[in-house]
Amino acid sequence: MDTVFFVGILGLALVKATPIAFGAMSGLMCERSGVINIAIEGMMLMGAMMAFLGSVLFDDLTGGNMPQAASLVVGLLAAMLGAGLIALLHAVLSIHYKVDQIISGTVINLLAIGITNFTANAYIDPNGIAGVGVFPVITIPILSKIPFIGPIFFDHAPLVYLMLIMVALLQYALFKTPWGLRTRAVGEHPRAADTVGINVNRRRYINVTLGGLLAGLGGAFLVLESVGRFQKLMTTGRGFIALAAMIFGKWTSVGALGSAYLFGLSEALGVRLQLGDVNELQALALLIGLGLALLALVFAGLKLLRRGTDKRPTRAIGIVAIAGLALIGAALFINWPPVEIPIQFLGLLPYVVTILVLAGFVGRAIPPAAIGKPYEKA
Amino acid sequence: MSDPVLRLAGVSKRFPGVLANDNVDFELAKGEIHALLGENGAGKTTLMNVVYGLYKHDEGQIFINGQEVEIHDPNDALAQGIGMVHQHFMLVPVMTVAENLMLGHETTRGPRLGSLSDLDDKKVAEDVKELGEVHGLAVNPGALVQDLSVGAQQRVEIVKALYRGADVLILDEPTAVLTPQEAEELFRVMHSLIAEGKSIIFITHKLKEVLEIADRITVLRDGKVAGTTTPSETSESELAAMMVGRDVILQVEKKPAHPGEPVMKIQDLQVRDQREQMVVRGVSLEVRAGEILGVAGVQGNGQRQLVEAITGLAHVEDGHVFVDGKEITNLKPRAITETGIAHVPEDRHKHGLVLAYPLDENLMLQTYYMPPFSKRTFIQPKAVKENAERLIKEYDVRTPSITTHAGSLSGGNQQKVIVARELSRDIRLLIANQPTRGLDVGSIEYIHRRIVEKRDEGVGVLLVSSELDEILGLADRIAVMFAGEILAVMPASEATKERLGLLMAGVQETPAAD
Amino acid sequence: MATAEPTRSSRWRGLLSRVAVPLLAIFTALLVSAVVLVIQGTNPIDAYSALGEGAFGSQTAIIETLIKTAPFILAGLGIALAFRGGLFNIGVQGQLFMGSAFSVWVGYTFELPAIIHIPLALAAGMLGGALWAAIPGILKARNGAHEVITTIMLNFIASIVINWSISPGGPLRAPRTVVPETLPVHETARLPVLIADSRLHAGVIVALIAAFAVYWLLWRTVSGFEIRTVGANPSAARYAGINVGYNIVLTMMLSGALAGLGGAIQVLGLEPYNFTIGFNVGLGFDSIAVAVLGGIHPLGVVISAFLFGAMDAGSRLMQLRTKVPIDIVTITQGLILAFVAANVIIRQIYRIRAETEEGPVKLSELYGGED
Repeated sequence: MDTVFFVGILGLALVKATPIAFGAMSGLMCERSGVINIAIEGMMLMGAMMAFLGSVLFDDLTGGNMPQAASLVVGLLAAMLGAGLIALLHAVLSIHYKVDQIISGTVINLLAIGITNFTANAYIDPNGIAGVGVFPVITIPILSKIPFIGPIFFDHAPLVYLMLIMVALLQYALFKTPWGLRTRAVGEHPRAADTVGINVNRRRYINVTLGGLLAGLGGAFLVLESVGRFQKLMTTGRGFIALAAMIFGKWTSVGALGSAYLFGLSEALGVRLQLGDVNELQALALLIGLGLALLALVFAGLKLLRRGTDKRPTRAIGIVAIAGLALIGAALFINWPPVEIPIQFLGLLPYVVTILVLAGFVGRAIPPAAIGKPYEKA
Repeated sequence: MSDPVLRLAGVSKRFPGVLANDNVDFELAKGEIHALLGENGAGKTTLMNVVYGLYKHDEGQIFINGQEVEIHDPNDALAQGIGMVHQHFMLVPVMTVAENLMLGHETTRGPRLGSLSDLDDKKVAEDVKELGEVHGLAVNPGALVQDLSVGAQQRVEIVKALYRGADVLILDEPTAVLTPQEAEELFRVMHSLIAEGKSIIFITHKLKEVLEIADRITVLRDGKVAGTTTPSETSESELAAMMVGRDVILQVEKKPAHPGEPVMKIQDLQVRDQREQMVVRGVSLEVRAGEILGVAGVQGNGQRQLVEAITGLAHVEDGHVFVDGKEITNLKPRAITETGIAHVPEDRHKHGLVLAYPLDENLMLQTYYMPPFSKRTFIQPKAVKENAERLIKEYDVRTPSITTHAGSLSGGNQQKVIVARELSRDIRLLIANQPTRGLDVGSIEYIHRRIVEKRDEGVGVLLVSSELDEILGLADRIAVMFAGEILAVMPASEATKERLGLLMAGVQETPAAD
Repeated sequence: MATAEPTRSSRWRGLLSRVAVPLLAIFTALLVSAVVLVIQGTNPIDAYSALGEGAFGSQTAIIETLIKTAPFILAGLGIALAFRGGLFNIGVQGQLFMGSAFSVWVGYTFELPAIIHIPLALAAGMLGGALWAAIPGILKARNGAHEVITTIMLNFIASIVINWSISPGGPLRAPRTVVPETLPVHETARLPVLIADSRLHAGVIVALIAAFAVYWLLWRTVSGFEIRTVGANPSAARYAGINVGYNIVLTMMLSGALAGLGGAIQVLGLEPYNFTIGFNVGLGFDSIAVAVLGGIHPLGVVISAFLFGAMDAGSRLMQLRTKVPIDIVTITQGLILAFVAANVIIRQIYRIRAETEEGPVKLSELYGGED
C-alpha cells in the first residue's frame, strides 16, 4: 500500500464526512439549547431538494446568462431557507405548543419525506430536470503542496472548506463568546438563565432555526457537490448518523468533526474495498487504528482546553494514541491475508459505536441537563 | 434620618387560592442586617421574589432610597442594586465560576462583535480575585461549579450578586445547606459586607441565628407581618410565639390512648441524601400500638428521608428498623408493606397516586397482585369495582364516578383516596407524612378523625407533620426533629406551642427535671 | 366539595370530545393537503374521490385496504404498547425485519402440517422481533440509554444485517437466483386465504386477535397493570413494589414481538411468500402516526390503522387516474400526526374545551438521564 493511496483515502473520508458534520452541528445547535432534534434527516432532505430546485430555477429564470457559480450559490441559499423553515416548524411545535420533542421531530421527518418525494414525483422526475452541475474543486495554492497534509485538507470543493470553517467557528462561538455562554446556560439550567434576564424560549427558537440552516448546508452538499441532481430519500440515514456523531463527539463541534470523520472513513474504505484496492482485514485495522488515534487526539485536545469532567489520566490517552499509530503502521506495511468479511459489516460501525457510547461503555454521554423539557416561567 | 435603602409599602401578592403576602410593610436601613423570620409558607421567599423581580406584586409599592421603582425582572432589580442568593442555587453546574458570574452580563475583549465577541475570562478572574480579597470570599474562578462544595457554591452566588454591583443582598435560608463552621464563615462575610456599606436581608426560620446576627427582626406569619423588633428587645420564646401564633388548636375528639407493645422500633438510623450529606443523624424512635407518635419539625430537617428510609424507598446507611420485632431495614418496599405497614406519603402526586389512572385502579395500587383483586395473573374487575364503590362511600370521596381520573379530583379528595386505600388494609402501623397539607378544613377534620379511629383500633401511628396544630391536636407523644436529630420526646400533656416552637427552631432544652 | 352527578349528556360530551379531536385533525390535514394539490394543479375532489374509490370502491379495493391495514395494526399496537409502558419504540422497523427473517427461515426450512407450521412460523416472527427489541430494553433498564436513539441505530443495523443475509453468499439467500431474496416458504407455512382467489389472507385475523390480546393484557392482567403503572408514574410504581427495570425490558420485548408478528404475516401471507429488498420500508414512522392518532389504545389503533391502510391502498388508483404522486398521503399522515400531537391547535381552531384526560405519555423527559 503506498502513500498516494493512503492520502487518497484520508481525503475521500473528509468529503464523506462533510454532510455528516453539518448534520451533527445542526443537532448540536438544537440540543445545546435544550431541544431534542431527531429531525436532522428531514431537514437535510429538504435542504437537498431545495438546493436542487433553487439552483435550477435560478438558472432558468435568468436564461442561463449567469455563471454557474451564481446558480449554485442561490441553490445553497435556497437549501438553507427550506431547511430553516422546517426547523422553525419543529421549534413552534415543541416550544410554543409544547408537543413532545420526539414526536415533533417525527412529524418533521414524515413531512419532509412526503414533500420531497411528492415534488420529485410530480415535478422533477417527470420533466427530467437536469441539474446545473456541481461546485468545482478548489485547490488552495501553496497549502495544498504541503506533503501529506496538503492533498488531504486543501484540495476540495468549497463546501468542505465551509464545513471546516463552521466547525472552528462554532467551537469558538460556543465556548468563548457570550452567545455560546447563554446558549449553553439555556440548555443546562434554563431557570438560572432566566434569573439573569435571558429569554429562554426566544433563544431556543433562534438556535433551532440556525440548526436548520446548517442541516440545509449538509443536504445541499449531497446535491451540489456529489451527484448534481436530487434523488428521493438521498440522505439514506445520514441525519441519524449525524446524531450519532454528535453524541460521540460529546456535543462539541470539534468532537462532531472527529466522529464524522471516522464515519466518513468507514464509508471511504467501503468504496475502496469494492474496488478491490484494499483487503478487508487491512481496512479494519486501518479503521480501528485511525479511530484510536483520533480518539486520543480529541481527548487530549479537550483536556488541553480543560473542558469536560472526564478524569481520564494522560497516561491512558498516551497508550491509546500509541496503539492507534501502531495499528495504522501495521495496516500500511504488513501484507494482510485476504479474509472473507462481508463489506456491509463495515457500514455497521457508526451505529454500533453510538449504541456503545449511549450505554456508557465508551465514556459517558451526558447531554445538556435541561434537554427535552419545555421551559415554563414560574 | 436618611431614607431606608429599601422600603415596601402595602405589598400583596396573590396566587390562585392563596394570599401569599398580605399588605406587607417592610424597611431595610442602610448598613443593617435585617432578618425576615417565619415558618414555612409564611411568605418570606415570595416577598423577596417580588423585590427581586421574579414575581410581580398585585398591590403596594417598592421604594429604593426614597424613590418609587418598578421592578419587572431580575435585570431591573440588579440595576437597582438588589441581588439575591436563592435557596436552590441558580448556578449552571457544568460551567466554571467565572462563566456563571458573567452570564447575562458578559465582559468581552477585542473587536466588538456583539454577542460573538471574545469572552474576557481573564478580566473576570481578576475582578473575582479582588472581590474575594476584600470580603474574604475566596473562590476559584476556573473551577467547575459542580466540583465545589455547597458552602463554596454559596460563596459563588454571593460574589455573583456583588459582581453585578448589588448594594442590597437578599439571602434566602443560607444556612440551611451549611455546616455550623461554614455558617460561622458566612456570618463573618456578612459583617465584612456591612462594613463595606452593603445592606442585607436574611431569610430564616432559625431563632438562634437571628438573635446572633440580626440588627432588626421582622416576623411574618400567614403572609402578614406579625411584628418587628430587635434582638435586645425580645427573646427566643417571644419570637417563637410570634412565628407560630396563638391560634386555636383544631380540636379533635380524642379519648385517652392505651398504648401497647412497640410496633416499630427505629434504632440509630442514619441516612444520606442525593448529595451524600448525612441528613438523618442517628435517629431512635419507638411507636407503640394504639398511640400516635407525632414528629414535629420544620420541613427540610430530614423528616422526608427518615420516612423514605423506613418505607424502603431510600437506602439506610446505618442503624436498624424493626416491625413487631422483625428487622425490615433496607427491605424492598413491597416486603415492608406486607409486614402490615400503611403509608400516606408526603408527595401525593409523585408517590401516592397515579393521576392518570381512574380511582378504582388507584384504590388497589398497593395490593393489586393479591386476591381479591387478582387471581392467577388475571385482574378481577368485579372485585376492583366493589372495593372502589365501598371505599368511596365509606370515606366520603366526592367524585362523579369510580372511574374518574384521580387528576381531576380536588386535593382533599385525592388525599382521601390515598387514606382510604391505606387504611382499609389490615395494618399494624400507619405512617402519615404531612397528611393534610394543602387541604380544606373539612378534609382535614375527616382525615384526623380517621387517624384517631385507627389508633383506637390498636394500630400504631407515626405522624410526621410541620403543622404544629396538627401535632398538638392528634399526638399522644411528640418528638421534635431538627437538623437530622431528635431533640426531644415528650408526652403531649407536657407540650406547648412555645416549647415546641423553640425546639423546632433548633434551641436545645437545658436538661430539666423529667 | 361536591361534584355534580354525571348526566347522560355530559358523558356523551366527554366521549364526543375524545373522538372529535382526532376526526377534526384528519379533516384539517386533508384540507391542507388539498391546498397542496391545488398548487400542484390537481383538483382535490378528483384526487380524493379516486383515493376513496381505490380504497373502498370494489371488492378488490377493500381487500387491498384490509391487507395493508394488517401490518399497520400490528406495528401500531407495538408502538402503543411501548407508549403505555413509558417507552418510545421507534425500532419497529428493525424488529419487523427480524421478525420477517426468522419466520421466513422457519417457513422454508421445515415442512410440517400446516396446523403446526403456521403457528410456529408466526411465533418465530414474534421471537425475532422480541429479541431485537430486548437489546434497547436492557440497555435502558441497566444503563439508562435512551431508547429513541438505540432503536433507530438498531433499525439500521437490522437493515444491514438483513441485506447481507440475502446478498450473494448470505445465509438466507436462495440458491440459483440473481435477485437478492430468500426461498419462498413452504405451502404448509402460508397463511390461509379468507376469500377464494383473492389476496385476503388470515393475517388480518391475526392482527385483530392481537389487538384484542393487547387490550386484554394491558387492562385485565397483573402484568399489564404493572406495565401501565411504570409508564404513567414510575415513582408511584416503585412505591407500589413494581420492578421498574424488569417491566421496561418486558414492555420492549412485547412491543418487538408485535412488530415481528407484523413482519411475519407479510411474508407468510403475500405473494411471493419470500423476503426481499425494499420490503416494508417506511412502516416505522407511519406506525407512530397510527398509534398516536388511535389514542394509543388498541381499539383506536385498529381504526386508525384502517384509515392509513385505506389511504395507502387508494393512493395507487389516485396516482393512476389523476397523476398525483402517492407521497401526498405521506404528507397528509405527517400533518395528522402534527395536529393530533399538538391538539391544542385543533382545539383553538374549532373551539373545543379540553377535558382533564390523560394525554400522550411524556417521553422526552427522561432523555437527559435525570429522574
